[in-house]
Amino acid sequence: MSLTTTRPLDGLRARVDRFTSRRASWIPVFAALGILIALLVAGQVYFGNFITPRVLSSLLLDNAYLLILAVGMTFVILTAGIDLSVGAVLAFTAILGARLLSEGFPVVVVIPVMLVGGSLIGLLIGVLIQFFDVQPFIASLAGMFAARGLAFLVSLSSIKVEDPVILWLQTKLFYIDGWFLSPTGIIAIGVVIAGALVLQFTRFGRTIYAIGGNEQSARLMGLPVVRTKLLAYVISGACAGLAGIVFTAYQGAGYPLNGVGTELDTIAAVVIGGTLLTGGSGFVLGSMIGVFVYGTIKTAISFLGAEQSWTRITIGALLLMFVVVQRVIVARSSRR
Amino acid sequence: MADPTTTPVLDAPVLQVSGATVRFGRETALDDVDFRLFPGEVHSLMGENGAGKSTLIKALTGALALDAGVIRLDGMPVRIPSPLDAQRFGIRTVYQEIDLLPNLSVAENIALGREPRRFGGIDWRAMRRLASEVLAELGLTIDPASLLGSHSLAVQQLVAIARAISTDVRVLVLDEPTSSLDADEVAELFRVIRELKERGVAVLFISHFLDQVYEICDRVTVLRAGAVVGEYRTTELLRIDLVQKMLGREIPAAPVRRHAEPDAETPSVLGARALSRGARVRGIDLDVREAEVVGLAGLLGSGRTELARALSGVDRPDTGTVVLDGRELGIPGPRRGIALGVVYSSENRRTEGIIGALTVRENIVLALQAQRGVFRRMRRARQTELAASWIEALGIRPASPEALAGTLSGGNQQKVLLARLLALAPRAILLDEPTRGIDVGAKVEVQNLVGELAANGMSVVFISAELEEVLRVSTRIVVLREGLVVANLPAEELSSGSLLALVTQPDDGA
Repeated sequence: MSLTTTRPLDGLRARVDRFTSRRASWIPVFAALGILIALLVAGQVYFGNFITPRVLSSLLLDNAYLLILAVGMTFVILTAGIDLSVGAVLAFTAILGARLLSEGFPVVVVIPVMLVGGSLIGLLIGVLIQFFDVQPFIASLAGMFAARGLAFLVSLSSIKVEDPVILWLQTKLFYIDGWFLSPTGIIAIGVVIAGALVLQFTRFGRTIYAIGGNEQSARLMGLPVVRTKLLAYVISGACAGLAGIVFTAYQGAGYPLNGVGTELDTIAAVVIGGTLLTGGSGFVLGSMIGVFVYGTIKTAISFLGAEQSWTRITIGALLLMFVVVQRVIVARSSRR
Repeated sequence: MADPTTTPVLDAPVLQVSGATVRFGRETALDDVDFRLFPGEVHSLMGENGAGKSTLIKALTGALALDAGVIRLDGMPVRIPSPLDAQRFGIRTVYQEIDLLPNLSVAENIALGREPRRFGGIDWRAMRRLASEVLAELGLTIDPASLLGSHSLAVQQLVAIARAISTDVRVLVLDEPTSSLDADEVAELFRVIRELKERGVAVLFISHFLDQVYEICDRVTVLRAGAVVGEYRTTELLRIDLVQKMLGREIPAAPVRRHAEPDAETPSVLGARALSRGARVRGIDLDVREAEVVGLAGLLGSGRTELARALSGVDRPDTGTVVLDGRELGIPGPRRGIALGVVYSSENRRTEGIIGALTVRENIVLALQAQRGVFRRMRRARQTELAASWIEALGIRPASPEALAGTLSGGNQQKVLLARLLALAPRAILLDEPTRGIDVGAKVEVQNLVGELAANGMSVVFISAELEEVLRVSTRIVVLREGLVVANLPAEELSSGSLLALVTQPDDGA
């Protein structure tokens, strides 16, 4: 019996074995999906009018910015890094955009500036990590402080946004049969799809996974590790900039204190969605599920009329549970 | 002076090195070395640590530049400034630590870097097909869509080879490929190597296992002190002669004077009573007496390491007890074990032994200092004195207490580890694979040392995968299989044949 062929097992057992050997990294994602469905069902049972087109559409609308942030964060966490700056970058690009708009710059200029601004901060973080050997935690923390400081430099108080294009992004609602969708929702879905396609079908995407798996090996295999790592942080920054646009549309204003703690919500969503913090394993679709879990809990809490801080507590408990489950999965597979 | 080379059967060498010289400061690592590799042959580079093997390999694979000399590929002189350039020339290396990506699929590990494309993106089906073809060429039936990490180390290594040959490969360098493989896996690897021979690939097989070198290799080049001793056919060179050429001196046929077993009245120093831990140690009874060397023999997974760790207190047993001088003890951790005079030397020298960033002196006094506690620091002069005396006693090279331990060769690192443990003046020492991965000369020194320790009254437990070694060193041999004791006999009642039989055959009878 060759050590590479498996013994002929009965059909089901063989299929399960093949599934786990091929798709083991999907398991946490299915777990997240299970949790989401369970939450929705529980909400429906408890509140009665939970699983409705109105509630579900709001789920996307209210959390579009988080969805975009989560896609960028997924890229970074897959490389076994982390980006703590996204909340601050969101606030910075938002207030910058609001300020520029209020001073008369056309929206056609302001939007690219916001995106480039986010990307540059991401690039800066990436350079610190790659060329100065700074830990991602510290480098992105520095980016966070820098972005927050820059936000306050732009303005100390909130600036209302009256630009019709920006407002249209949020207020224009396409109705289909009780379901509604805004351009921000479409943008968010678009980012998710683009992220998933890039990670699955491009060498850049596979290199991201490779770096998370074993950076040294990826280098020895001739993969463009340096370029890819930098690009991962640029993407995270760009997503933060885009999320800044979406958030500004949502709030109708820029405010330098926006997004405090949002990076943590983002990381929580990504982890709940089945992406391992150790890198190399996870999916953008999983992160999307994580965001919806977050949103569902927030919705349920508001249905209950309880304080919004309960959302954080519940997310915290869920996150702890997921991390423990992830450790068990990792320990089980490495013991083999 | 080099011995005359044998005439090759094959025509032109694919790789030829002439006059290669590499100097590190005042040290000459390679001295005017000539080396030839022919297509379709399996060639081994043999030599002790420090003989220049790894330097030559680094030069061939682009990790190092030659100070003098020429490398010719198919007769054309080439420069190989980087590993990627070596790969482009068709020289591919598979390292001991398989440098692949366990979280990606087998197909990706084979093809990433030259994936087939479709509509600007990766064509997964084509990639899987490509991987299947490459694997089939080697006669392997691994599911290309499965995650690499879901396979054993042996299979991962075969995938690494598949990746190496998936593009035009002229020379395949295998660096210690069999260290973590069992007999079946080695057989599979050798089958694949023979496939590659058929295809005209030149294989450079680097290994410490003489038996394997003789089994798979056609020719051998022996290096000693940076110079070539000679090029030989394995069919025309006796093992004993090969070792002699590597060492440059005669080695005695029976290098270790195994002293007699202690008499029956000698009390047991360290013992196990119905010791159990998980699936690897199942109700084991064992005694180690004063001045005795108990060799634990068995296959991979038989529980030797686990038993030694349980006996020395490194791991807590599930049930059963450890007895010291007849008294039952729970030894809750290595600190207590050391305090009681029972020490364990791990088989993972690099991760559970030597601290590479510290000096030899610091490594040697480490356990002793730990025993004394944080407030009773040993004076620096005393530390140096202690280190120096152990360096001399064990023959550690380089003989500098301030050398960084991480820069020493495997054999010398093992000696430093031994010094650390022996400095504690233990009563019982458990050595787990102390001679793994070290060269022949150092192996013999360690084996002799074990004999001396026992002669001075210490109780020694000796674990090694090489049965010859266990036979030579032990006074008593305990054979383990799947966590159970299968035999417990004086070493003089066993031969290599009978020991092998005990280790591998199913046990019929109690």
